[in-house]
Amino acid sequence: MTSTPAIEAENLVKHFGDKVAVDGVSFSVPQGTVLGLLGPNGAGKTTTVRMMTTLTRPTSGTARVAGHDVVVDPKGVRRSMGLTGQAATVDELLTGRENLRLIGGLYGLSPSYLKRAGDDLLERFSLTDAADRVVKTYSGGMRRRLDLAVSLVAIPPVLFLDEPTTGLDPRSRVELWDVLRGLVREGTTLLLTTQYLEEADQLADNIVVIDRGKVIERGTALELKNRSGQAAVVVTVSNGGDLPRAEALLREVVDEVHVDEGARQLTAPADGLRAMTRIAGIFDDSDIELDDLGLKRPSLDDVFLRLTGHRAEDTTETDEEVVL
Amino acid sequence: MTAGTEPTTTQRPAIERPEIHDTGLLRQSLTIVRRNLIHIKRMPEMLLDVTIQPVMFVLLFAFVFGGSIAVQGSAEGYREWLLAGIMGQTIAFASFIVAVGLTSDIDKGIVDRMRSLPINPAAVLVGRSISSLMHSSIGIVIMSLTGLLIGWRIRDGILEAALAYLLLLLWGFAMIWLGILVGSSMRSVEAVNGLMFATMFPITFLANTFAPAENMPTALRAVAEWNPLSSLVQAVRELWGNTPPVGSDAALPLQHPVLSTIIWTVGLTAILAPLALRAFQRRTAT
Ligand SMILES: Nc1ncnc2c1ncn2[C@@H]1O[C@H](COP(=O)(O)OP(=O)(O)OP(=O)(O)O)[C@@H](O)[C@H]1O
Ligand SMILES: [Mg+2]
Repeated sequence: MTSTPAIEAENLVKHFGDKVAVDGVSFSVPQGTVLGLLGPNGAGKTTTVRMMTTLTRPTSGTARVAGHDVVVDPKGVRRSMGLTGQAATVDELLTGRENLRLIGGLYGLSPSYLKRAGDDLLERFSLTDAADRVVKTYSGGMRRRLDLAVSLVAIPPVLFLDEPTTGLDPRSRVELWDVLRGLVREGTTLLLTTQYLEEADQLADNIVVIDRGKVIERGTALELKNRSGQAAVVVTVSNGGDLPRAEALLREVVDEVHVDEGARQLTAPADGLRAMTRIAGIFDDSDIELDDLGLKRPSLDDVFLRLTGHRAEDTTETDEEVVL
Repeated sequence: MTAGTEPTTTQRPAIERPEIHDTGLLRQSLTIVRRNLIHIKRMPEMLLDVTIQPVMFVLLFAFVFGGSIAVQGSAEGYREWLLAGIMGQTIAFASFIVAVGLTSDIDKGIVDRMRSLPINPAAVLVGRSISSLMHSSIGIVIMSLTGLLIGWRIRDGILEAALAYLLLLLWGFAMIWLGILVGSSMRSVEAVNGLMFATMFPITFLANTFAPAENMPTALRAVAEWNPLSSLVQAVRELWGNTPPVGSDAALPLQHPVLSTIIWTVGLTAILAPLALRAFQRRTAT
């Protein structure tokens, strides 16, 4: 049935002693889509993923993966999903190929399939040359990719990735995104947690932002950004001396202009491309030389800052934090 | 990466989703055993604890202390008598091997990875136990060969000798539970090492393993003779014909060493197994 969501969480709660790590999280992921679970350190992302993948029992609430309840039918869940945890869990003393064979063997996959799929996955993740080397000799990025390849060996319909690109360099990250997009095109449903807003922006159809165990915002990347405020036009003049004239010009069309002399920049709220075209025309007709003229939308970073009161990279203990 | 460089219109055809088979606990455990044996192949120094180390012990004890420790009723004297003691210590250390392997797998997330697969959850522990017993068995074989070189012999029937090896193995089974308990409770391999050295060495020395308990001060002698390991060592020694039965002044378990070894192992297992499983559950499922 295509109408049942591939992943569902209803009011998931997890306590560790007195500590409430996850506090009533609900979401639903339609088949073949990507959900980005976004949140700062300690928000409860890993705990949520561990509950959804049967590694830890929810204190209360329910979750289903491919229709299987994580508490009632954990084996059904395990048959339907692959998991790549936050820390690489590949075996350092085995080669890349042996790692694939180990997990494939535990899935009970046929040797002929394993051979084909193994070769294919190694190639997909650019590990063919390193396939027969012991993982100990791999770089962090290679381990990460192998970890992902291993999670994919049974081609699970649902995939959970906990911070899959943490520790990857920008190029590897973009490459991994490509692979993930390919998987989703082929029908995989993906839940990924991340602290990188750009990553959620790039990959996720829907985003759920959690902080201190609670969902604080949800929607598409665009919806989140729109809710976070207007776009703005940013004008950078070539000569700082032109700033007053440029400001005067801008004030003819917009009410509010912010001047940043150091950056030779003027910023004005604008509700989209039309405003920007008009402003571009004004400067085109004047003799003021510009370095740059562009439309700046609020980034997910801004969204994050607005919602949580701290940036995504902020690693301060949330408990002691003073919310401004 | 290929996916990025290929034009999107000629995507590689997706591999069809394979069928997942539940191959059962035994096959799954053996798959994990194979992986653990590859570890030993890649890092043969893992075997030092059942090769060089006990061989050194045999040689040191036999030739350094051997002259000053008198034992009765052993054809080749202390050297022959010593061997069952070293074997007992080697098999007691099976717990150590299980604990180190398990802690390291938990620590590196391997156990979590396994638990996310559709396999029997016991396979992780069964696989670890089987490979650790194999590991210890290598030690038993090496000890036997070393023994043969320095004068140890099996002097009674082959059946008795086989029973002795069987008792050693049985003891190994009981030690596995201790290993799982320790391995699940400790946070790092270093902690396991520390704890095991601090406890297992004294326990394996406070017995009839390396020196006869008869010669110890009364209180110590009582402890040594009631040490479960002493029953095992006494049983093995008697079955190999390396020592006569104990005198009537020895503690009760040593009077019937084979029976008490069986009782000790069953008793230890009955106590340790539930504790071990609970510790493992608690450590991995939260
Ligand atoms: N086993 C545990 N015992 C006690 N507290 C825990 C345990 N696991 C997690 N926590 C706590 O629960 C909260 C949520 O942790 P979690 O690992 O889910 O956060 P996260 O969003 O994945 O963070 P990060 O981005 O750092 O990975 C944290 O405060 C953490 O300290
Ligand atoms: Mg986490």
